[in-house]
Amino acid sequence: MTPSTVAVQTAERLTAAAGLNATLDWSPELLATEATAAEAIGAGALHGMALAVKDNIVTAEQPTTCASKILEGYQSPFTATAVNRLRAAGGMVACKANLDEFAMGSSTEHSAYGRVLHPMNPDLVPGGSSGGSAALVAAGVVPAALGSETGGSVRQPASFCGIVGVKPSYGLVSRWGLVAFGSSLDCISVFGDTVARSARVLEAISGHDPQDATTFEREPLAPFVPRTDLKGLRVGLPKEYFPDDLDPAIRAGCNRTIALLRELGAELVEVSLPHTAYAVPTYYVLNPAEAAANLARFDGVRYGARRVGLAGDLRALYQATRGQGFGPEVRRRILVGTYVLSAGYYDAYYARAQQVRRHLALDFQNAFAAGVDLLFTPTTPSTAFAAGANTGDPVAMYLADVFVCAVSLAGLPALSIPIGRDQGLPIGGQLIAPFMQDGAMLAAADVMERHLDATGEVR
Amino acid sequence: MTTTWETVVGLEVHVQLATASKMFCGCSTTFGEAPNTNVCPVCLGLPGALPVPNEQAIRLATRAALALECTVHETSVFARKNYFYPDLPKGYQISQFDQPLATGGVLRCESPDRGPLAVGITRLHVEEDAGKSLHDRFPGLTAVDLNRAGVPLAEIVSEPDLRSPAEARAYLTAIRQLLVFAGISDCSMEKGSLRVDANLSVRPMGQTTLGTRTEVKNMNSFANVERALEAERARQIALIEGGGRVQQVSLLFNAATGEVRPMRSKEDSHDYRYFPDPDLPPLIVTQAWIEGERSALPELPDAMRARLASQYGLSAYDAGVLSGEVAIARYFEAVVAAGAEAKASANWIMGEALTDWNVLERFPVNPGIMAGLIALVANGTVSHQAGRKVYTELSARGGDPLAVAQHLGLVQVRDESALETWVDEVLAACPAEVGRFKGGEAKLMGFLTGQVMRRSGGKADPKGIQVVLVRKLS
Repeated sequence: MTPSTVAVQTAERLTAAAGLNATLDWSPELLATEATAAEAIGAGALHGMALAVKDNIVTAEQPTTCASKILEGYQSPFTATAVNRLRAAGGMVACKANLDEFAMGSSTEHSAYGRVLHPMNPDLVPGGSSGGSAALVAAGVVPAALGSETGGSVRQPASFCGIVGVKPSYGLVSRWGLVAFGSSLDCISVFGDTVARSARVLEAISGHDPQDATTFEREPLAPFVPRTDLKGLRVGLPKEYFPDDLDPAIRAGCNRTIALLRELGAELVEVSLPHTAYAVPTYYVLNPAEAAANLARFDGVRYGARRVGLAGDLRALYQATRGQGFGPEVRRRILVGTYVLSAGYYDAYYARAQQVRRHLALDFQNAFAAGVDLLFTPTTPSTAFAAGANTGDPVAMYLADVFVCAVSLAGLPALSIPIGRDQGLPIGGQLIAPFMQDGAMLAAADVMERHLDATGEVR
Repeated sequence: MTTTWETVVGLEVHVQLATASKMFCGCSTTFGEAPNTNVCPVCLGLPGALPVPNEQAIRLATRAALALECTVHETSVFARKNYFYPDLPKGYQISQFDQPLATGGVLRCESPDRGPLAVGITRLHVEEDAGKSLHDRFPGLTAVDLNRAGVPLAEIVSEPDLRSPAEARAYLTAIRQLLVFAGISDCSMEKGSLRVDANLSVRPMGQTTLGTRTEVKNMNSFANVERALEAERARQIALIEGGGRVQQVSLLFNAATGEVRPMRSKEDSHDYRYFPDPDLPPLIVTQAWIEGERSALPELPDAMRARLASQYGLSAYDAGVLSGEVAIARYFEAVVAAGAEAKASANWIMGEALTDWNVLERFPVNPGIMAGLIALVANGTVSHQAGRKVYTELSARGGDPLAVAQHLGLVQVRDESALETWVDEVLAACPAEVGRFKGGEAKLMGFLTGQVMRRSGGKADPKGIQVVLVRKLS
């Protein structure tokens, strides 16, 4: 199929899927322009592939909103490295995808442009914060999409939507053009309908970028070597990720997958990551701290929506612009982040959280050093929850990320693949690999994918 | 009994590192461009932009640290200093906080009261500059120019080792000289490439603990730093002697009134919430790289002063003046290399050429020509006085020294018959003085020589005049 044909069909599907509220800016005309460019490039690893791009990744052709009123009308003068690389490989931007405002959330309910619906049941959430990208892949509108992860924002919606979601090693993909949220955690990440397709997208966008100092000396990801089984592979099962009160359906899905891993020749060993319980609290100190600084630039002075305020002075400008421009979850994180960095509280919160972060990373290092190649865990503690179920309780919402946060704090690669269903709703399983072992992780997931009954009921 | 007060001063100096591009992006650092033209997504703080450190800035900051005898750390960390202001595009400034590039150095300077001083340098760190807010450009509005946003700076913090406003000025003069010598900064207060914040406290003489300090800002020249600190010292002493207590505040100096006034508390109530910048990995420099930068340092002022004194047999004063700036020393050495005698070269440069330098910031008479002029005076072709006129002409219009002297009629007359004519005329006009000379008043020889010189219009060779006078009067 030529890129132009793909573009036309993608536009038809985007129109048909409008009810999901998964897209922000897109148009058939822009898609046609993308197709013309892709045709001019000719061959390429992503030739003719149309991808949704989460709207916290800037493109020079379309507005970037981060699903926030504060960026209303903002047009970036430059394009993210990841998008440039997609296009250079023959890929096309299908649309900008809806998200939780500034990627803060786990349900894509915190968007100034309305919540995204789960493709299988409109009463449920698709997960978040990359819920728009996930829903579009799950609904078959696009075969792959770019999302971003700060603490599980791709793996968790991939799990809820029954698709593949890959978070690479920190620094493997350039953050140039990704609107910063938690800079030490942010990773542009990939959704795909299959492991192989997700890997191809990741390979195309990865590697050193002179414009991102945290990608220095990173080679692009090499295509993984396909394997026929998992013989010789030691897979660790961290006991803290299988608590006694784990949802029975999730446990059943994991048990089925563990049996499959064994059948495929992997050796399974129980391991311990003793600091796991501290991951979510640590994440919710460090992430708001970085977010508070990263979002300081949205002040109404240079771009975006400006509100002058009653007093008419500088303070009023800041208060009105930021007070009205940011939604409640963003304001909450800025307040928390400002607090934990304040004089007198820094040591008790930020400095302590940094120490715990090192312990969390060491937990993983110790497990891998003991001879484990990969870890397997559930991705989420539940299947997709109902819209509105957690919006009144931020901590309950944060706990949706209990199995994905620690990996982000450690900077490791991880992915979620569908491992079965409970009452029709997808369950995700998570593979975690040592730093920069993204390829080995993808190769293992590829084998699993071929043998898993991803759409079968687990009990 | 009145208390004698001791003044304690520490200085924070910000210098712009002389790089072609900004600290974290490729934008030009050229001064004086149209507002908001030297900008890009990085220094505008646009969403999705990221900083990448400028290696040359790190290099220059390292050299500054080495010139100040600091320990340069192999690992230092960039940190975010958070505050809101319209000329700070990201809402934070990238600086260094608890792990600066360098610590523990010394600056040597000359105190007007205490002689040679070794002032401790607490730390030197690298940071980016903010933009500029212009409050007088549009009535009732504030304009923001971000050309300066992201320009690389080194902040150099001294120990509270200075004991008077005059010592503060001596410190600043010495540090500027050092940094300009080392090629680190042009240190121009006018262009904003050197800025000073001063901390001052007072205490009864003999007390070892420090008094409460205040910080004085907004001083646009070294002279104003001295004036501001004098004003602040007087304010603190008057306050304490009046039974009050010094509050730890920031003050702004008003050069027009010579007064300091406290900043509004809002301007001074920042909690900067520093934390390591996650966009930038720790800055790592190897010991070998540091040593490379040490060996790349040019001759510094103290070493040059000592060398000029010993190599050319100059007085400490002359060597100090000539090593005031690299260009002056280079010019001096070029004049000597062109064949002029060292002490005479020093005198001519300090007497004449430096006047031009101070105005033009260059030497209009090239070293070879200058050496030729010095030779003409040394061999008596022109008098010292006439030589200065020749210099003025060479400076204004150029030319060959001898040709200029001839053209101006300044070549000394040694022809015996011409000298005799002027001598005879003077002797005839001054019979009284001639009589007194013959009566034993030998000092009148000088008067008579001067009269002959005047009659000759300054052209007569003074030695020739004496010879003729002695013969005629004996």
